[in-house]
Amino acid sequence: MRTILIYLGHRLLTFSENIGQMLRLLVETIYWCKQTFRNLDKIFPLMRRIGADSLPIASFTAIFIGMVLALQTGYTLEKFGMEASLGSIVSVAMCRELGPVLTGLLLAGRIGAGITAEIGTMSVSEEVDALKSLGINPVRYLSMPRFLACVFMLPVLVIYADVVGIFGGGVVSSTYFDVSFSIYFDKMAESLDFMEIFKGLVKSSMFGAIISIVGCHHGLKTTGGPGEVGTATTNSVVFSFVTIYIFDYFFTRLWL
Amino acid sequence: MNGRQRTLCLSGSNDNKHRCLPGIFGFVYMNKSNNVEIEILNLNKSFRDNHILKNLNLKIPSGKTTVIMGGSGAGKTVLLKHIMGLLKPDSGKILIKGEDITAKTERELDKLRSSFAMVFQFAALLNSLTVGQNVGLGLKERGELTQKEINKIVDEKLRLVGLDGKQHVMPGELSGGMKKRVGVARALAMNPEVILYDEPTAGLDPFMAGNVDELILDLKNRLKMTSIVVTHDMNSAFYVGDRICMLHEGRVIEEGTPEEIQNSTNHITRQFITRHSVQNTARVSDSGSGGK
Ligand SMILES: Nc1ncnc2c1ncn2[C@@H]1O[C@H](COP(=O)(O)OP(=O)(O)O)[C@@H](O)[C@H]1O
Ligand SMILES: [Mg+2]
Repeated sequence: MRTILIYLGHRLLTFSENIGQMLRLLVETIYWCKQTFRNLDKIFPLMRRIGADSLPIASFTAIFIGMVLALQTGYTLEKFGMEASLGSIVSVAMCRELGPVLTGLLLAGRIGAGITAEIGTMSVSEEVDALKSLGINPVRYLSMPRFLACVFMLPVLVIYADVVGIFGGGVVSSTYFDVSFSIYFDKMAESLDFMEIFKGLVKSSMFGAIISIVGCHHGLKTTGGPGEVGTATTNSVVFSFVTIYIFDYFFTRLWL
Repeated sequence: MNGRQRTLCLSGSNDNKHRCLPGIFGFVYMNKSNNVEIEILNLNKSFRDNHILKNLNLKIPSGKTTVIMGGSGAGKTVLLKHIMGLLKPDSGKILIKGEDITAKTERELDKLRSSFAMVFQFAALLNSLTVGQNVGLGLKERGELTQKEINKIVDEKLRLVGLDGKQHVMPGELSGGMKKRVGVARALAMNPEVILYDEPTAGLDPFMAGNVDELILDLKNRLKMTSIVVTHDMNSAFYVGDRICMLHEGRVIEEGTPEEIQNSTNHITRQFITRHSVQNTARVSDSGSGGK
């Protein structure tokens, strides 16, 4: 019992220590954003890697989620003869919640893991030390470009996922539930306002910040050998997931 | 004692200049004054319960080459990383130009490091960049020169270490010894006042090792550069060193001119010298060899 308590206490301590260090990294990263224009040559390739290269898997996820969503709610709505409102349900669910969260989780796995693996490898092979020895701040050189790329590209991906997901829902509605595209999109336009979409995008931007900062933090504090890089990557992804879930809940509660 | 007095005096005046000329200008002014002297006071460092540096004291004179010798695991690399501010000590001070760097923030250190350069034991080249980009990286990020000027410096430094024409090769395609020479070129490109070499000749063939030794000597003679050389290579140590100090179990056990060290009566030093001169005739020394 005692050992369990000690273990839990220890975990809690390292967890809060991690959070503290990440907040510091976040502040430091935002500070270096003042040099954005000098570092565009680093930011654009990262944007492509994070944005364009994630498009296939993001759209694949979104279209299937949209279709499943339409199927699931469609059968229930059909019982009450309300399948005409499929358009509003799918679009609102997509823009408010599913688009941002699923894309966030997807990118936490795809990009967050990549960031930690890359920077972690640099840490254990002394490349980060080498950067410092050249007077290059690793937060500016590594963290800031990734942060900006994630913060800007995640909303872009989410817009794309929203559109694809809603389209997927439309296809299912028209083929399974006799809801024509025009009714589907009329309903969508009725219930979807700008704020709805905007909040989803703000949220996804925050997820981008979480993914990049968690990824960079875990990478930068990796020590030891290549084995540690694997552990750090796993930890980074789990940490991103948990943080995204918690953040999503509070964001939704405070600003719905 | 006398020397200490002088350092304190110098550091005082530097501090004043620093206060009069705030910010970066203060640093630039100090950089040009070329009297860098590093003083390490009671330095302690442990990794978990592994006590690596134990109350280490060391003075590095400016414009001279100080060689640090010691078996593998003695803490030589850890010591160099402390001087670069890459590791924080548990206790103790590192005075550079009279300023304690252990209390500085990362951003303050960035500025201070502009007059320091380090050649890492395993080169630590950025694997995602070409050799040329690696060498020019520090200059590019400093943002004072055009790409053309940087390329010129890169070519010049690569020629200096015998790697002309390798600008567009990726580090992964180079041998360990070549990587290390790129590391030397990268450090030189920053035009530092103090340069820290972590086993610069280990893994190089005797011809190249000789070249690197010449380079270190030349930099001292021509540019009055302060060098700290960590090495296992006794030939190299006696050739380039103005002062040699023996590091053993986290302490400096002996310090002196090459002649003094060669005639040392300390049995650990003796063992180190004789063992290595025997080994050196047998094979090129590498980083893995050394005492306990
Ligand atoms: N980051 C680190 N974490 C834990 N132990 C370390 C670390 N860096 C060095 N050590 C330990 O410190 C000791 C001295 O290392 P080092 O200075 O690299 O030796 P050397 O004199 O061969 O350069 C070694 O036992 C090494 O295991
Ligand atoms: Mg070493």
